[in-house]
Amino acid sequence: MSAELSLDMSIAGAAPAAAYNLAGLRPGESARVGALLVEGALRRRLLDLGLVRGTVVKCVGKSPAGDPSAYLIRGAVIALRAGDSAQILLDDERGEAQWA
Amino acid sequence: MGLTKDSVGGGAREGDTLLKRRARDKLVALAGNPNVGKSTVFNALTGLNQHTGNWPGKTVASASGYAQTPKHSLLLADVPGAYSLLAHSAEEEVARNFICFGGADAVIVVCDATRLERNLNLVLQTLEVTRRVVVCVNLLDEAAKKHIEVDIPQLSQLLGVPVVGVTAREPQTLTPLLDALDEVLDAAYQPGETAQAAYPPALEEVARRLSYVLPGILNLDEGAPQIDAYWLALRLLENDAGLIADLARALGQDIAANAGLQLALKWSRECLQAAGLSGRALSDAIVNALVRRAEQIAAKTVHCRGEAVERDVRLDKLFCGRFSAYPFMLLGLAGVFWLTIIGANYPSEMLSTLFGRGQEVLSDLLFGHVPIWLHDMLVLGVYRTVAWVVSVMLPPMAIFFPLFTLLEDVGYLPRVAYNLDKPFRLCKACGKQALTMCMGFGCNAAGVIGCRIIDSPRERLLAILTNSLVPCNGRFPTLISLLTLFCVGAAGGAAAGFSAALLLTGLIILSVAATFLVTRLLSDTVLAGEPSSFALELPSYRRPQILSVLVRSVLDRTLFVLGRAVLAAAPAGLLIWLLANIPVAGGSLLTHLAAFLDPFAAVFGLDGVILLAFILGLPANEIVVPIMLMCYLAEGTLVDAASLADIKALLLANGWTFTTACCTLIFMLFHWPCATTLLTIHKETASLKWTALAAAIPTALGLALCFIVAALSRLIA
Repeated sequence: MSAELSLDMSIAGAAPAAAYNLAGLRPGESARVGALLVEGALRRRLLDLGLVRGTVVKCVGKSPAGDPSAYLIRGAVIALRAGDSAQILLDDERGEAQWA
Repeated sequence: MGLTKDSVGGGAREGDTLLKRRARDKLVALAGNPNVGKSTVFNALTGLNQHTGNWPGKTVASASGYAQTPKHSLLLADVPGAYSLLAHSAEEEVARNFICFGGADAVIVVCDATRLERNLNLVLQTLEVTRRVVVCVNLLDEAAKKHIEVDIPQLSQLLGVPVVGVTAREPQTLTPLLDALDEVLDAAYQPGETAQAAYPPALEEVARRLSYVLPGILNLDEGAPQIDAYWLALRLLENDAGLIADLARALGQDIAANAGLQLALKWSRECLQAAGLSGRALSDAIVNALVRRAEQIAAKTVHCRGEAVERDVRLDKLFCGRFSAYPFMLLGLAGVFWLTIIGANYPSEMLSTLFGRGQEVLSDLLFGHVPIWLHDMLVLGVYRTVAWVVSVMLPPMAIFFPLFTLLEDVGYLPRVAYNLDKPFRLCKACGKQALTMCMGFGCNAAGVIGCRIIDSPRERLLAILTNSLVPCNGRFPTLISLLTLFCVGAAGGAAAGFSAALLLTGLIILSVAATFLVTRLLSDTVLAGEPSSFALELPSYRRPQILSVLVRSVLDRTLFVLGRAVLAAAPAGLLIWLLANIPVAGGSLLTHLAAFLDPFAAVFGLDGVILLAFILGLPANEIVVPIMLMCYLAEGTLVDAASLADIKALLLANGWTFTTACCTLIFMLFHWPCATTLLTIHKETASLKWTALAAAIPTALGLALCFIVAALSRLIA
């Protein structure tokens, strides 16, 4: 438990260009959250909504204009803008972080 | 007990909505995530009919009411919905300050059984502040429909406090909640062991040490608010500036100047730094621990068979679908207006006839007993104006508000924000502005207060300044009757109602377009900035409580708005009668004023009377037309509102053309907000400058559009 908790979620620098992030998730797909690159109030809000490392998130739809999209996070549907969700990195299918 | 504006409201000035606390009352806070049916629980417990809506962040002001358990009498405070005690919206600060420093004897945390895991975060945080907590798991009926089962006894065991499962819309299910409240309010109450969040060991160690010395350093034993030292230590270590400022206010001491505390904090932070826990890593670790614990508890207590949001996703394909969303929104809008226009016709006529009889009775009563001028002043001035306002306003409101509330209740309104977020973002604003805009259709003052749901101050101000650009319920009846008179023809019936609804929808689209345009203009000039982030919860679609929607919207909204309009109309009716009946140099004051304004008004396609009516109608938009008619009728009293054809004849006789009608419609749509809205804007922004701007923007827009229309029509003619 404590080892898991002490995982530092911060990542130095920006994500790799081809980073697998939440914005790339199509409706119906789900994935595990890797790291949050979001800062400030939204970071706090997302964490409070339960979007911590390892959480399974499913994209359940897009708004008619294509952005924002709706995500199923711990039983609740939350709408996020692509600009924000692009900063939420995902672990790849093997369940491991793409970068250390 | 510190229920002052400062301690309860923080920056948002909330405390004035609390009722007086009687000596025997226990103060109980009602907390919970947004949209968990908190207000329904509140209504069921207090019987005070407060409005609830099915979209996150509806309760913008703390409401309060008295309730009774078998053993205690309570003052129940409904605090705004909050996801966390750590977070940062204006509403959440109000909630946090009340729960942490409000001096409540107990806290009820209402949870949504269908989204329990997310809700447990707030429960765990509240349990760190106080152990006198009752967890109320609401919406068990919705959960059952989604095949979700919650193990209530197990949850109570894990949390160490009473947990009750309820379905708040069936008030008889709330009895266990009252018993649980008696249990935690009892002086001898002993909470069980709580499975608190497990923070990193280094943090727990440092926080515990700090908590030993805090009571001494801060003189906590003598301070009025009871604050848990361990919780306080965590918050001080976390160094949340907003919370520390509120804490300093609650304790009545200058924390930054407390040398002992600063020393202890410095030492503690060094210890944490050595363990790699500083700044963001520290706050991440805290939230992470809470979320993990919530996850573990939910895993043991919530059993779900099947996909819980399947139905919502299916419905969203229709209401938020790529091709269906916008047509559906427009159709819905037009449908609401059509129902309002058609449905309001007959009751309006009936009311008008009824008030006509009432006037005869009143005349008979007064006649011969009071001087004739007093009779005229009261009957022809005050009574007729009030009667007009009621008969024109009540029926559309009594139809529009319930329809609107119904849309709220089923959970459609957050989807409007979701659908419209992109256009708003392109104007560098927030999609939640769509919600406050929708509230503005009901009442602009309510819309302005509703802007508190928008987190970013810049975006909140944008929403406040543009709210009056959409017509409120006080302006709808005028828009509808002018449309019916000049644009639809006298055919009457459902077909005319349909074209009126269509035209009205066109006007609404114009006002929404103006909202976007002005928002963008403001974003590029006085309120420059980039759109902030956006995280909006889309609640489950729920079966609406039709009967309670009817009762609630008629009682809370319709009668409230009507009452306010009558309060404004009565003195205005008196003033206008006086202006119209005091003879000055061969005319009345009213005609002189109108003549004075005439040349100016003519430039904008209006006439002096119309402009004067708008100016005198500042207290309430509903009385603009009555004033106009009163002015046109030289006799200085209001005409009978029953016959639209008579009104049209009167307007035409006074030089109205199609252009005049168009310009009046436009000016009705865009002019200064009513007095109530202006006062509300001033209260919300605490600035004369922004209030003035909020009045100047729609006025300038309206005058500009009228000028263009008038110029064009002169060009064509």
